[in-house]
Amino acid sequence: MNNPYLPYPVRIQRVEIATEDKSLRTFDFEFIHPEHAEAFTYLPGQFAELSVPGYGEAPIGIASSPTEGSHLTFTVSKAGVVTSKLHSMEEGEIMGVRGPLGHPYPLGEMEGKNIVILAGGYAVTTLRSTMVWLLHPDNRDKYGEITFVYGARTPGMLLYKDLLEEWDARSDVNTYITIDNEVEGWDKYVGFVPQIADQVSPKPDNAVALVCGPPVMIKFTQPVLDKMGWTGDQIIMSLENRMKCGVGICGRCNVGPYYVCKDGPVFTKAQLDELPKEY
Amino acid sequence: MHDKIIAKKDLDSFVRSLAQSRDVFAPVRDKASMGWAQIDSADNLEFDFLNTDFSPKAFFFPQNERLMHFTNSSRDEDGMIMEEEPPRDREQVLLNIRPCDAKAFCVLDLVFCQDENAPDVYWKDKRDKTVLIGLACKAPCPTCFCTSVNCGPHHEEGLDMLLVDLGEDLLARPLTDKGQELAADLQDAPQEAVDQAAGQKKASEEAITSTVDMSKINERPVLEEYEHPYFDRVFEACINCGTCTFYCPTCHCFDIQDETQDEFGHRVRNWDTCMSWLFTHHTSGHNPRGTKKDRVRQRFMHKFKYMPIKLGGAIGCVGCGRCTRKCPVNIDVRTVVNSMNE
Repeated sequence: MNNPYLPYPVRIQRVEIATEDKSLRTFDFEFIHPEHAEAFTYLPGQFAELSVPGYGEAPIGIASSPTEGSHLTFTVSKAGVVTSKLHSMEEGEIMGVRGPLGHPYPLGEMEGKNIVILAGGYAVTTLRSTMVWLLHPDNRDKYGEITFVYGARTPGMLLYKDLLEEWDARSDVNTYITIDNEVEGWDKYVGFVPQIADQVSPKPDNAVALVCGPPVMIKFTQPVLDKMGWTGDQIIMSLENRMKCGVGICGRCNVGPYYVCKDGPVFTKAQLDELPKEY
Repeated sequence: MHDKIIAKKDLDSFVRSLAQSRDVFAPVRDKASMGWAQIDSADNLEFDFLNTDFSPKAFFFPQNERLMHFTNSSRDEDGMIMEEEPPRDREQVLLNIRPCDAKAFCVLDLVFCQDENAPDVYWKDKRDKTVLIGLACKAPCPTCFCTSVNCGPHHEEGLDMLLVDLGEDLLARPLTDKGQELAADLQDAPQEAVDQAAGQKKASEEAITSTVDMSKINERPVLEEYEHPYFDRVFEACINCGTCTFYCPTCHCFDIQDETQDEFGHRVRNWDTCMSWLFTHHTSGHNPRGTKKDRVRQRFMHKFKYMPIKLGGAIGCVGCGRCTRKCPVNIDVRTVVNSMNE
């Protein structure tokens, strides 16, 4: 009988200040016991509780892809008690990871389709996982055209720059990296994600869109997708709500009858249209 | 399984034999109220009471419970690694539990043990090590409405044995193997006792006159029920005190917190309540249920709409009426449900 509350002990392998304002750090964790690495089987879109004994837990999307090996990567915004503590922690320190939790993106159902990814700000984390997974030689052939639109306020707020360069250079992905306002030396796109999405104008035929970003980005992206004829069941989103247990028991992250932790965090726009907007 | 009979004067030896290898708890009178207490004889057992003030949910889901512990030191080789608290070492018996409270555990099993491979081990351990001996209701409270929420005054679900008070004697009906085992030394009940118990069941059911109707709530789509104009009125009286959630036998929301002192650390869970704005408050400041209306609506929608959808029709209410009796502003769950059903 597995105890769903018991975190796996992990060691912080690497810490990196991820953005120019220092509000985000990227952590790599290695499992202390190899059998835990084996037990932690996940797919892009899932999350885990980062567990800092004495401080508590915070639910964070998994940014690494299982195709990258047994370590886990998370990019964490410094916001509350747990994440503030986490930002003060260093390589070599011991903490816990509990998961994987929730459902991944429907990668099986997405096979044979064109994929459009629209990401804003640090919500790009699980989409980093998705991109790495999709572009892996074992998986790339199963999907059609891949379009990746990602925006941040400034060049210094963009996450995972090395990977972005790599994807930009590939011929089998259409990459559109954008910042809010013009900056000297910036040679990529300028404008908000919804504007760039409008210019790119991805076709909805045989396609799926993964949309993840701050509420304001979601709000202005939706009309753009509507205009191009996308339907609710083609648009896949990922929700966040306050969580504790992560396994559908403690009662706080529900949106209607569904728990974001257990039934989500991935929902289609069509599903969400039939539920209260309690997120 | 045959119905058995036990004379009240012989109860003491029955309780003493139960208590030999188990912790036995029963409702006992404490001044004006009834509360759960450990007993080792039948001395304080009561048969004329309505129900205990608090539901017995704390036996499986304590108000504060240590889940794990750790050594609060990163210098220690084994430090900062969570270890499970040990399981219960003794069986326990809940004697004279009301059928509605036993039914509530069945509803909560669907929540706590929804994942067979990874159930809530703390709930399950205590459930597995507990025997439930129920006492059928002879005189239901005016706030009882169990018969319209899949329950009843002689409801047997979740019990290992049901006792029916026949005056000098108790009819003892074993319902599970555990109950059978405990009743092994009792005599078979004569037919007139069985008939008397059946008559009492009918009379008790008939004595429960208040009902709720959920037929329209069940039919309507979630969003339509959620937007029911009734929710604009019911929340106004509510003061979000959370009393209803603490007394409710099926309310099960909890918080998890870490506590440390010097080198010792624990992860504990505490009862929480959806009536609190903090319950859903994001670190960013955003709150998906930021208004009192959102929170009041959540509690009733959860019990009467969301749980039935998620749990194959199981209602998050057993009709015990505690919330109605304890509410400081007289919100009556029956009125709420019937209004939601309009």
